[in-house]
Amino acid sequence: MTKTTPLLEVKGVTLTFKGIAALTDVSFSVEKGRIVSLIGPNGAGKTSILNCISGRYTPDSGEIYLDGQDMLRLAAHKRAAMGLSRTFQNIALFKGLSVLDNLMVGRHHLIHYGLLSAIFYHGRAVADESVHRRRVEDVIDFLGLSPYRHQAAGHLPYGVQKRVELGRALAAEPKLILLDEPMAGMNLEETEDMARYILDICEEWGATVLLIEHDMGVVMDISDKIVVLDFGSVLAQGRPDEISADQAVISAYLGTEDATFMGR
Amino acid sequence: MQGNCGLFFESYRAEAGLFNTGFQRWSLGLFVALLLLCPLVLDTYLLSVLNLMCIAVIGAVSLNLLTGICGQISLGHGAFIGVGAYAAAQATLNGVPFLAALLLGGGASALVGMFFGVPSLRLKGIYLAIATLAAQLILEYVFLHWETATGGSRGLMLEPPKILGFSFEGERRMFYLLFAVAACTLAVVANVMRTRHGRAFVSIRDFYLSAEIAGVNLFAYKLVAFGLSSFLAGVAGGLWAHYTLFLSGEQFGIGLSITYLAMIVIGGLGSIVGSVMGAVFMTLLPEVLTAATRSLTGVFPDISSQLAALREGVFGLTLMLFLIFEPEGLANRWRLVKSYWKLYPFAH
Ligand SMILES: Nc1ncnc2c1ncn2[C@@H]1O[C@H](COP(=O)(O)OP(=O)(O)OP(=O)(O)O)[C@@H](O)[C@H]1O
Ligand SMILES: [Mg+2]
Repeated sequence: MTKTTPLLEVKGVTLTFKGIAALTDVSFSVEKGRIVSLIGPNGAGKTSILNCISGRYTPDSGEIYLDGQDMLRLAAHKRAAMGLSRTFQNIALFKGLSVLDNLMVGRHHLIHYGLLSAIFYHGRAVADESVHRRRVEDVIDFLGLSPYRHQAAGHLPYGVQKRVELGRALAAEPKLILLDEPMAGMNLEETEDMARYILDICEEWGATVLLIEHDMGVVMDISDKIVVLDFGSVLAQGRPDEISADQAVISAYLGTEDATFMGR
Repeated sequence: MQGNCGLFFESYRAEAGLFNTGFQRWSLGLFVALLLLCPLVLDTYLLSVLNLMCIAVIGAVSLNLLTGICGQISLGHGAFIGVGAYAAAQATLNGVPFLAALLLGGGASALVGMFFGVPSLRLKGIYLAIATLAAQLILEYVFLHWETATGGSRGLMLEPPKILGFSFEGERRMFYLLFAVAACTLAVVANVMRTRHGRAFVSIRDFYLSAEIAGVNLFAYKLVAFGLSSFLAGVAGGLWAHYTLFLSGEQFGIGLSITYLAMIVIGGLGSIVGSVMGAVFMTLLPEVLTAATRSLTGVFPDISSQLAALREGVFGLTLMLFLIFEPEGLANRWRLVKSYWKLYPFAH
């Protein structure tokens, strides 16, 4: 690996809830163009880190930089424009909107026409809508969502909803995409599809991926780097082969019979 | 672009059209044409009901924009309509041309609505309901006590509206004015719904955390929703003022706010067609009750006094029955009926 400034830098992040530490001095980095996985048992603080990066939580101390930009100084809704997007552990779609409109909301920060243009549906609104619509179609094709295009997101099967959520994050044209357990609750085939999508997002769509996943098989297969969290601190980080050989990680849980479904 | 086996579009722009099939366009055109002929055949009483419906449609669709589409409940809608009514009335009384006065009324109401929408940054659901209820009560107090602006308990008398020297006097002429404004309002809301603003509103209602991730500034968009909704409510108020030609504070009480909420619940939260259906339904209901009372007095002479007292009860009962049996609103029932006939005779 050549030395480059990482796309995402998390430095000494500490987060407490009413005095109880959820994260203690967490530091790691995500290099551009890589897939980095965040693993650890339930309650280790994986989602909390994502929430700090995306602006849901504000850490008590520490720093987070995306492409050199100080994220903690930005309100959550301003981080999309910095190239950040994410999915949630539990499905967080706009149930009443069609799949298309869900993805169009994903592009919200890229669409700029004003309220008057919208009210009269005139000028820029008309032009911009079809330009952005075209970009959304690319995402729809990529994820095989065409049959569901006009259906309300809330009525779709679980696996499809998970894909729509990935699509919404991808439609934002992010530099960094945070995925919180995108394969949770999926069968083997869906899991394999999802792994393929994640690889393509990184290789063909040029986005960097920070992935939380419990399925160790997938994590070992697709990650360039793994960060292991335990009780809110980083236990180890490194390449998959380093992690599977790491003594501390093995003694913590990799060595147990539960290795493939750690944390479930 | 209707083929034999479905809808095909040749451009994204065509697909974003409001009425996509020839049938939709024709049936809407026919419906509008029939409505425009109404003044020629209906008597003044029926026309007055139609006129009230037009105003109610504007009020209902504007509340639905805020509550049904953006998910921000408001118990102050009646008062926001009142702000527009008084502001527009004061404007025409001071010589401002009617259409400008209507916009001024909308603007005044938008400012007031946005001001009282500020708590929505922090408050949701029942707490926001109570905050907007406070707005309603404060404004009612202002209507009654700010005598220079509202005439206090004496109220304000107005002249029929004039546009370019043409006076809209009487139900018949008024109908065309009210109908035109109602149609424009529906078009505005329908347009907003197919643009980034409308999508942002729904995203706030459905999952505000995801909306924020996508870059939606929650507070700004909630304020825009309050502003736009109140603007249209203010326009409804301005029309109401120049239709009834007399304003007094009681007209804009909490009862009006609740009536409008009932309209959008009965019609269908978040649905434009539903707003129209709810407005029509809630305007007809009292008229039907009155007519029923009148026709029964022949048989039971004292029934009118008793039924008058029962009217509020019938209102409440209707709302309750709707909530129990038709919680998705009339618009949803309409959709189900339509899809049933589309598949007929293979539906089951
Ligand atoms: N909003 C909150 N308020 C209080 N405690 C919280 C909050 N969010 C997270 N925590 C606590 O922080 C710790 C880390 O939670 P987090 O959701 O980050 O775990 P996780 O690693 O994502 O677990 P899982 O694998 O179950 O998703 C847990 O002990 C949790 O109870
Ligand atoms: Mg989690």
